[in-house]
Amino acid sequence: MYRTNRRRLLGSSAVLLLLSARAARATIIKGGLPWTPGAADPPTAVTPGGWKYFTPQEAATVEAFVDRLIPADDLSPGGKDSGCAVYIDRQLAGPPGRLEGFYMSGPFQSGTKQQGLQSPVTPAQHYRKALAALDAACRAKFGNRPFVDLTDAQKDEAIRGLEDGSLKLEGVDSQVFFKLILTDTQTGFLADPIYGGNRDMVSWKMIGFPGAHYDYRDWIDRHNERIPLPPVGINNHPNWSQ
Amino acid sequence: MAKRLPPKDVAIIGLGWTASILANELTDAGLDVVAVERGPWRNTATDFSISYMQDELRYRIQHELFLRPAQMSVTFRNNASQTALPVRNWGAFMLGNGVGGAGVHWNAETWRFLPSDFVTKSHLTQRYGANFLPADMTVQDWGVSYDDLEPHYDEFEYLCGTSGQAGNLKGAIQDGGNPFEGARSRPYPTPPMKQGYGHALFAEAAKQLGYKPFPQPSGNLSQAYTNPLGVSLGQCTFCGFCEWFGCANYSKASPQTTILPVLLRKSNFEARTECEVTRINVDSTGKRATGITYVDTSGEEFEQPADLVLLCAFQVFNVQLLLISGIGAPYDPQTGNGQIGRNFTHQTVSAALGFFDKDKYNFNPFVSAGSIGMCIDEFNGDNFDHGPLGFVGGGYIGQVQTNGRPIQITALPPDTLAWGSKWKQALKDNYLSTINCGAACHGSFYAYRDTYLDLDPTYKDRFGRPLMRMTIDLHDNEIKMSAFLTDKYAEILQKMGAKQVVKQPRKGPYDVTAYQTSHLCGGAIMGDNPRNSAVNRYLQSWDVPNLFVIGASAFPQNPGYNPTGTVGALAFWTAAAIRSQYLKSPGPLVHA
Amino acid sequence: MRNRQTTLRRALRALLLSSSSCLPAVALAAGIDGQNFNQIEHGRYLTIVGDCAACHTLPGSGHDFAGGRALETPFGDLVAPNITPDRVTGIGAWTDDEFINSLTKGTGRGGERLFPAMPYTYYAKISRDDALAIRAYLNTVPPVHNEVNPDRLPFPFSIRANLAVWDYLFFKPGEFQPDTHKSAEWNRGALLTEGLGHCGLCHTPKNIFGGDDTARAMQGYALQGWFAPDLTNDPRRGLGSWSLEDIATYLKSGHNKTTAATGLMAEQIDRSTSKLSDADLKAIATYLKDRPGDPANAAQNQQPAPSPAPDQTVMKAGQQVYADECAGCHKADGKGIAGLFPTLAGAPTVQQRDPASLLHVVLRGAISVATPTAPTGAAMPAFSWLLTNAQTAAVVTYIRNSWGNNAPAVSADDVGKTRGNLAERSD
Repeated sequence: MYRTNRRRLLGSSAVLLLLSARAARATIIKGGLPWTPGAADPPTAVTPGGWKYFTPQEAATVEAFVDRLIPADDLSPGGKDSGCAVYIDRQLAGPPGRLEGFYMSGPFQSGTKQQGLQSPVTPAQHYRKALAALDAACRAKFGNRPFVDLTDAQKDEAIRGLEDGSLKLEGVDSQVFFKLILTDTQTGFLADPIYGGNRDMVSWKMIGFPGAHYDYRDWIDRHNERIPLPPVGINNHPNWSQ
Repeated sequence: MAKRLPPKDVAIIGLGWTASILANELTDAGLDVVAVERGPWRNTATDFSISYMQDELRYRIQHELFLRPAQMSVTFRNNASQTALPVRNWGAFMLGNGVGGAGVHWNAETWRFLPSDFVTKSHLTQRYGANFLPADMTVQDWGVSYDDLEPHYDEFEYLCGTSGQAGNLKGAIQDGGNPFEGARSRPYPTPPMKQGYGHALFAEAAKQLGYKPFPQPSGNLSQAYTNPLGVSLGQCTFCGFCEWFGCANYSKASPQTTILPVLLRKSNFEARTECEVTRINVDSTGKRATGITYVDTSGEEFEQPADLVLLCAFQVFNVQLLLISGIGAPYDPQTGNGQIGRNFTHQTVSAALGFFDKDKYNFNPFVSAGSIGMCIDEFNGDNFDHGPLGFVGGGYIGQVQTNGRPIQITALPPDTLAWGSKWKQALKDNYLSTINCGAACHGSFYAYRDTYLDLDPTYKDRFGRPLMRMTIDLHDNEIKMSAFLTDKYAEILQKMGAKQVVKQPRKGPYDVTAYQTSHLCGGAIMGDNPRNSAVNRYLQSWDVPNLFVIGASAFPQNPGYNPTGTVGALAFWTAAAIRSQYLKSPGPLVHA
Repeated sequence: MRNRQTTLRRALRALLLSSSSCLPAVALAAGIDGQNFNQIEHGRYLTIVGDCAACHTLPGSGHDFAGGRALETPFGDLVAPNITPDRVTGIGAWTDDEFINSLTKGTGRGGERLFPAMPYTYYAKISRDDALAIRAYLNTVPPVHNEVNPDRLPFPFSIRANLAVWDYLFFKPGEFQPDTHKSAEWNRGALLTEGLGHCGLCHTPKNIFGGDDTARAMQGYALQGWFAPDLTNDPRRGLGSWSLEDIATYLKSGHNKTTAATGLMAEQIDRSTSKLSDADLKAIATYLKDRPGDPANAAQNQQPAPSPAPDQTVMKAGQQVYADECAGCHKADGKGIAGLFPTLAGAPTVQQRDPASLLHVVLRGAISVATPTAPTGAAMPAFSWLLTNAQTAAVVTYIRNSWGNNAPAVSADDVGKTRGNLAERSD
């Protein structure tokens, strides 16, 4: 996410912030290292509850979708309970959903695969269109039932249809959409829980990744040993509770 | 109308590694120096805080420390028959931003080039004959030798506190070091890094195969260190959040942790951040730079006059500013004339996935560092006989895996289902026991007639300046070399005990969406005369003698090592030339 | 609400430069020779020792000694006056005796009493010659036309006449009398510490009238969001574990093998002590290690009563917070990295009876001072965004009671109060 509101006040006597019209409205650093007491730029924590981008219908569809991409089993909760849909919703509602920070000047023209993304369509727009098209395709194929109302086996069949391109979506490339939602789901599943997915660090517990630790000096020499550190997230430290 | 500011002795464009080194040297010489940096000030405690640095999504996936393509990007095509299109989001390379530049978010792999790398053309011609080189390959000699640079490599390494094991001390080959390296005058300033299981196992296997593995030279420090400027660095804690991230505990060499604390205290230095340089100004003769023009965040334009201008931006932006400022002749691939933009190169990296038995191997990939790893150099440069192989160039091969960050590092056996319970099971079964080292084979990328930079005819930045257009593809030579190196690496993985090895050699076409290091080089190359280069051996512009263009833009081609060690050495080399020669007698330092 | 930033901005706007007063004032009184380089240099050195600029120079103004900086006192803000030689708004028209009296008697030009934020109670110890040297130096400083009204205290503190009583109770005028049983070096250190150095102004607790609680001299004092630590030889909270070398190195570079200076002391070191001669720094250290009336000098050398053992669940939680957020720099054993990350194990800085400084750095971060001999200026990040009051209390209690440390536990309420106080500060 590109942060547009960085606190960049400089309060040390060693630094001059020249506000006169004469000098650049830039930050001029002279005389020493700048310092602002209390300054920090942590990520904004996702607070659960509600949807910031998805309509209730879209949210239900995405929850059902992620729950098939990452089913609940004895390895971990499913994508829905892990918060993957919440993750996607919050990302789409924020700068990443708008491709903020990307070079979005035209002209837009399609190129080779090696030239990458060349569409002005943002992920937010993409999801909106694709989810509607998915429901339409499911109604056509599965007896007038939208994705959420399919059986698990039918959902998997629909997903496989997107994956191999056999299930066509109106105005949307199925495979491109599938790639997008799969990547987002897995990213949300594996990212720090502060972003809404990977609730309670379920994926990290599953794979054995200790998360946001920073000091492994005691472990570098301990080759081939399991490291028993329970995972911690940026603002998620169950081990801190008294 | 630009507001004209009081003149400075030196105006530096950018404030990354090269700018910091040169600013420190020239302020020591008594000059009044200003550095103008496009991005913001970056501060360890605020921007790389230990309380939130460990964020793969924010920094690795969403590139938060990097330049926003919306502010400035490049366009790309494989060849002239295509239309170049914008790189709308970084992929193949990451372009940095902010004070410290790439020195903030690099892995800190700190290599020296081989002596033969500096005379690539003459060396290869001598050994293999001129016809051995592809007809369209445009490699050339640098104009400077390893011996010229040795004291400056030493300076950079001692500035950084580089951790390593010397392989060649004054001609005597040392056990445990790189036996192929050029002679160094003294050992590394700090001992080599400790290694993780996967790295150590690679070294064992390599030894069994008859190679001579050695620890990668590392700017993540093995122990606390105070450099010759009196600045102290800490000890790396193997956090596994190195490349793409800033270091939270002062243990990665960067301008912030090595030079800026001293530089910023000097009364004859000033940094202006969040100011974008839009052009280098030259007088009516076109042979003298009068200063720079830059824009602050409100859009107000300023003209900073200076006697000496140092272009210290990232490689691609060095070239862009030269072209936009009308300095030197733009390269024309049809005629082969013009020096600015030619011999543009990247890096040919490849790897192989090594899947191991999860019940026997636990690599703890998250216990790692940016420059950890054990390497072999048998297949770098011309360290081996290319005669029967049909290609030139090479690279080091190493188990240099830097992290276990799950979003990026996830590598599953090829037939694994992409989603569902089986995907989860595969993730769980393979996470701790897979070696997924993206740049295990760090191959050279030689220069070609048809691989170059020029100004894009269509796409512009917010000031209306043309973006840099990259025309770049992989040639047969590099593809063959990559396959060769990858095979060698795969052999070692097998020897380590991998149950499955999946080779991933680099293949064409060059893909701007697939990350392959940010080691973009060339475009303003150095050489021994103005007909074959943009800058002379001191990185002084042949066209504008009071302009020096410093960085990897000077590399005539890119050898099989990470470039920053050489970038740092060249910066010190140039600084020495400016101090000992140019300041006494401003003007061309080389007459050719 | 005290807002130093606003005060400074107001003062900056009030600053006027008059070109007509750019001529140096001519010193006429006896005892000052405008050409006496030695006297002027000596005076310059003494103003560094006394750190006059700390109060009399507005940071960023570029006008040394022109006043206008607001100082926080427990009774309100005071603004330090203009002591450049400007004849109208500075002290150019003062006689030398008037100037000397301001330093040694606490009186202003018309004989009115100065507020003891001007540390005349300490400066009184200097000799007349030294005072004249300071005057000689100040006479060479560019005169600046800057009208400063120092009277900012609320009623009734604003009544200067009341200071007669204060002075009677708390001011002992008189030049420093050397102790003939001690070495010349000790006496030099005593003069520096108790005189121009005015260390006690920050490091000695105050009574309710704002005067020094001399019975507890140098045992630490809370001011401006920090706690200036104990400088007695208490082995745990004071300088007892520091050698002469440690003290001198700290004052010179801002760093020694265990600690780094930050906050108010960082400014002090940057402007003042880092510029003192090595001999003077050693003298100060010699004196501090052998200060009369230091309770740690008692023959029995009693240890202060240990603080009660903290709650073990708090310690356990604190240890986890420490492992995740602090050990990456300060190390699991609390030993840090010399010159870079302060040692916490055995450190007096974390064992003060008042944890204000420790809380300040944990909540707001801190940048260590950069000096020519120790230029790194490493900084610590702010944790207030992450840690709750309870978590902060736990980690701080853990630090204060691990690795042999022992100091009173800190409660979540304590942290909450401190957080509130700090929120009102911009520094």
